[in-house]
Amino acid sequence: MKIMLCPLNGPRNISEFVCRGDVVDRPDPTACSDEAWADYVFMQDNVAGIVREWWYHVATAYWFIAERNTVTDEIVRTYPASEIFHPPVDHGTDSGGRS
Amino acid sequence: MPFGLIKYGLSSRYPVIRKFPARPELKPRYDVVIIGAGGHGLATAYYLAKHHNITNVAVVDKGYVGGGNTARNTAIIRSNYLTPDGVKFYDASLRLFKDLSHELDFNIMYSERGHLTLAHTDAALRTSRWRAEVNKHLGIDSEVVSPEEIARIEPTLNLSPNVRYPILGALHHRPGAIARHDAVAWGYAMGAAERGVEIHPDTEVTDILVEGGAATGVETTRGTVRCGCVVQAVAGSSSLVAGMAGFKLPIRSMPLQACVSQPLKPFLDTIVVSGSLHVYISQSSRGELVMGGATDPYQLYSTRSTLDFTEGLMGHVLELFPFLGNVRVMRQWAGIADMTPDFAPIMGESPVRNYYLDAGWGTWGFKATPACGTYMADMVATGRTPDMIAPFALERFQRFDQFGERGAASVGH
Ligand SMILES: Cc1cc2nc3c(=O)[nH]c(=O)nc-3n(C[C@H](O)[C@H](O)[C@H](O)COP(=O)(O)OP(=O)(O)OC[C@H]3O[C@@H](n4cnc5c(N)ncnc54)[C@H](O)[C@@H]3O)c2cc1C
Repeated sequence: MKIMLCPLNGPRNISEFVCRGDVVDRPDPTACSDEAWADYVFMQDNVAGIVREWWYHVATAYWFIAERNTVTDEIVRTYPASEIFHPPVDHGTDSGGRS
Repeated sequence: MPFGLIKYGLSSRYPVIRKFPARPELKPRYDVVIIGAGGHGLATAYYLAKHHNITNVAVVDKGYVGGGNTARNTAIIRSNYLTPDGVKFYDASLRLFKDLSHELDFNIMYSERGHLTLAHTDAALRTSRWRAEVNKHLGIDSEVVSPEEIARIEPTLNLSPNVRYPILGALHHRPGAIARHDAVAWGYAMGAAERGVEIHPDTEVTDILVEGGAATGVETTRGTVRCGCVVQAVAGSSSLVAGMAGFKLPIRSMPLQACVSQPLKPFLDTIVVSGSLHVYISQSSRGELVMGGATDPYQLYSTRSTLDFTEGLMGHVLELFPFLGNVRVMRQWAGIADMTPDFAPIMGESPVRNYYLDAGWGTWGFKATPACGTYMADMVATGRTPDMIAPFALERFQRFDQFGERGAASVGH
């Protein structure tokens, strides 16, 4: 059983988590070309080596970042998204009605 | 008896017959270099030689012949896909497969078994009906069957309503078959080598030479090779090799695991698949149950095996066949599947001229081997994209024109 260290919940079975893909910069959808948008949506680096990805702990709906090695299947480091997204990600939606 | 067998094996009167010549020296130049000596690369070489008389061809592989996913797959062959373009392509392949032993003069042990895709939910039953209608429209033998009919087709299947996910019906595809996967690679290798194609195992491509936007050769661990054009057919390594040519692919490499049980007397004729339970199972001609499911949950280039996989899989297998409770798993392995977001392959031109792609075969590309080889060879020989594979071009992603093959490809292979 593979264990992942969740920054919120501590060590948990990896089956409790979902991998949500590479941490990448999103181009501005209203300003970028169709080509750049297709690139963002579909193309993958698919690196053999260390990757930085979004992971999600399903039971507690907690998003965080994991660095892992796709050749050795080792998890290098996990940390809260706030460590690299500071201030938090701006999704470009209107800021009214924050709950 | 065993002693007689050893004597026979060591006797010089019965030498081992080489299937294809030992690795030759690399020439400085070929008309075509094919990267990857799996079924796809070898079939492409075979049809280039046979149909187009192009024989100045080198097939290079970093490992041994047919040691990639060709050696690791569970050999299911079927054409009951969901999209008309997909159905037509896989049907063309299945037809070639039926005659392949004869074509290659090598027994690939093609065995037509019938294929049942079980439905445990209304949604799955709806997809089955949809597939059946698309299939029938294109002349493919597929129909939706009731639990009573399933009981006649596969009497050992547990059809009890008192399980977690009772079986409500199934898509029955009579032409569904299995074959000996290694024999497919060897047969194509033999046929290609006989016609003058060179096969170079243990020859890893480390870089692609691109000049003025066109591929002109490859760098290998055994030296530089120039060529007129390159075909890449490297399955799980697709992104890495495309990266050497300077472009990205919409592919994630994910391990796909499978396993076999100890051999049992024949009891399971049909290939049984359940998308909802993430399981498929068939019985090989040796009597082993060949079992697998969906890909692992995250990207990886490691072919390690996991207990999570076998445990999860067996929970479902035992729901379908409870009497297998005491049967042992004998071997377990993994291959690296090149997964596209729309569960369809990528065949055709690439952003680099004279550099042709055969990638994104994920968990379903074994059945495509003969058709893929045929059309890729046509493309290389004529420089034009055959109609049959035009819809699978990489460029579809730029047009946001993906396939919708997931409903028919995600677990069924
Ligand atoms: C467990 C499992 C079950 C499957 N079940 C089915 C099934 O039931 N039905 C079905 O249709 N499909 C199935 N598939 C998918 C199928 O196996 C593949 O899509 C198909 O075999 C791909 O064939 P290929 O010739 O393209 O690739 P491969 O056979 O993988 O050949 C690619 C070759 O490229 C070589 N290579 C890689 N990088 C380099 C380099 N840099 N230089 C030189 N050579 C290189 C590799 O060594 C390898 O030999 C399954 C796959 C797996 C893993």
